[in-house]
Amino acid sequence: MTNRIGAIAFNTFREAVRDRVLYNLILFALLMIGSSLLLGQITIAVQKQLLINLGLTAISIFGVLIAIFIGIGLVSKEIDKRTLYTVLTRPVARWEFIVGKYFGLVGTLIVNAGLMTIGFFVALLYLMHGLQPGDLSILAAVYFILLQFMIMTAIALLLSSFSTPIESAILSFAIFVVGSFSDDLRSFAESTKGFAHYVAMAFSYLIPNFSALNYIASVAHGDPIPGHMIALNTAYALLYAGAVICGASLIFQHRNMK
Amino acid sequence: MSRPSQRGITVTLCAITLAMFGGATAFLHRVHAERPQANLQEVLYIPSSKALKRMSLGYNGLLADIYWTRAVQYFGWKHKHKSMDYPLLYPLLDITTELDPHLIVAYRFGATFLAQDPPDGAGQPERAIELINKGIQANPDDWHLYYDLGFVYAMNMGNFKAAAEAFERGSKLTETHPFLRILAADMAQHGGELETSRLLWQTTYDSTDDPGIRSNAKHHLQALQVDETVPKLEELVRQFRENTGTQPTSFLQLVQAGLLRRIPIDPIGMPYKLLPDGTVQVQDPEAWSFIRRGLPPRDISNNPQKP
Repeated sequence: MTNRIGAIAFNTFREAVRDRVLYNLILFALLMIGSSLLLGQITIAVQKQLLINLGLTAISIFGVLIAIFIGIGLVSKEIDKRTLYTVLTRPVARWEFIVGKYFGLVGTLIVNAGLMTIGFFVALLYLMHGLQPGDLSILAAVYFILLQFMIMTAIALLLSSFSTPIESAILSFAIFVVGSFSDDLRSFAESTKGFAHYVAMAFSYLIPNFSALNYIASVAHGDPIPGHMIALNTAYALLYAGAVICGASLIFQHRNMK
Repeated sequence: MSRPSQRGITVTLCAITLAMFGGATAFLHRVHAERPQANLQEVLYIPSSKALKRMSLGYNGLLADIYWTRAVQYFGWKHKHKSMDYPLLYPLLDITTELDPHLIVAYRFGATFLAQDPPDGAGQPERAIELINKGIQANPDDWHLYYDLGFVYAMNMGNFKAAAEAFERGSKLTETHPFLRILAADMAQHGGELETSRLLWQTTYDSTDDPGIRSNAKHHLQALQVDETVPKLEELVRQFRENTGTQPTSFLQLVQAGLLRRIPIDPIGMPYKLLPDGTVQVQDPEAWSFIRRGLPPRDISNNPQKP
C-alpha cells in the first residue's frame, strides 16, 4: 500500500515540477519579494517589516494559487488523458490514488515554498546585512503557511473529485477567502443570538480557519510564536486536511468513471 | 489476502472523515481559547478610505456594506463586554460613509453609537456631530439627519442653542417631520429640562420603525421616569419626617399616612428601595443604563448628567 501511494506521489511530483504554471508563479513570488526591497527604499523605519509582510504574503498567496491550479487538475487531467483507467486497472485502490496525488502535490508545494523561502532570506540578508536569532520565528510563520497549503491542496483535490476544473478553482479560491476571514465569522457568531448564532458558529468550524494559521503580521513585528500554538495548529491542520482527503477519497470511490 | 469490499472502504472512510473532522474541531476550539486576542475586532484592515475606494474596483457600495457590518459587530462586541473605549468606531464609520456617502443608517446609528456615554457608547459626541454633519453635506434633504444632529447637541452636549438651530434647519426642508418645528421651539424655551428630554425620546420612539432604536428610546423614557419619580418620593419622605418627626422605614408608612396611594414601583416593575437616610433607590441598579437618580453613590459616576 505504502509503495503504491509513494509511486503515485512521486509521479505526481514529477509531473507537477514540469508544469510551466508552477515556474511562472514562483517567478512572480520571487519578483514580489524582490520588489519589497525597492519599496523599502521609499518608506521610513519599516523596511524589514515591509519585506517580511510582503515576502511571506507572496509565499502564501502564490503557494495557494499553485495548490489550487495544480490541485484542481490532478484528477481531471488523468481522466482527460485516460491515464486514470490504466492506473485503476492495476491493483491500486481509488483512495490510494487520491492519497498519493495529495502527497505528491504537497511535496511539490514544500519544495516550492522552500525555494521561495530561500529567496526571501537572501533578500532579508541583503537588506539587514545579517540575520538575528529572532528571525527564526519567520521560519515558524513559513511552517504555518505550509500548513495552509496542506489544507488548500486537500480542498482543491476534494472539489476536483466531483466538479470541473473551473468550478473547482472558483470554489477553492472562495473557500480560501472565506477561511481567511474565519476570525471575523467567529466574532460575528459570538455577537449574535439564537439560530443565526448556531449557524454562524457551525460554519466557522466547518470552513478551514486560515486566520489561525496566519502569523505573518506577528513575526513582522518580531513577536515569537509560542510552541504550544505550533503544536495545536499542526494537529488542527493535519486532522482537517486528513478529513478532507478522506472525504475526497469517499467521493472518488463512488464516482462513475464510465 | 482478499481486497476489502466497497462497502467496507466506504464505512471506514466515513468513520475516519468524521473522527478527523471532530478532532480538528476540538483542536480549533483549543486554538481559539489560546488566542482570544486574535479576535479581529481591533484591526482596521486598511485605514485609508481613498485607497479602499481604488481597491474596490467600483464596488464601493458592497465594501461600504461590509465596513458598516464590521462597525456594527465592533460596537456590539465592545458593548457586550461593557467596554469604556471604542477607538476604532469612528474610523470604521468614517470609512463606511466615505465609501457610500448615502448610507443614511451609518450616520444615524453611528452617531448614536458614538454619542452615548460609555459603556453604552463611545462617549464621543463631537465625533457624532462630525459624522452627522458629513451626512448632511452628502444628503442635505434628509430631515432625519437634522433631527439626529439636534438630538446629539441637546442630549449629549447640552448645547440647546445649536440643537434648536439644527431642528430649525431640518424643519425648513420640503419633506420633513412636523415635530422638528416644535422641538426647535422647545429647545429655545425649555432647553435642559426633563420634559425636553422626554419630548426628544418620545419623538424618536414614535418616528422610527426600527426595533433597536425603539427599544433604546423606550429605555431612555423609562430612565427619565425614574429620574422624575425618585426626587418626588424623596420629597414625600421629607414631608413625612416633618409631619411626624420620625424617619419612615418603609413606603407602607407613607401609604398609611395618605402621602402615597400605593407602594411605588419603577417602570420595570420592581419596588423602589427606601434607605434609612431617606434617600430612594431603584431595586436593581444593574438593570438601568441611563438613570442618574436612584442609584447607589458609587454608580452615579457611570451615569453622567443628562439634560
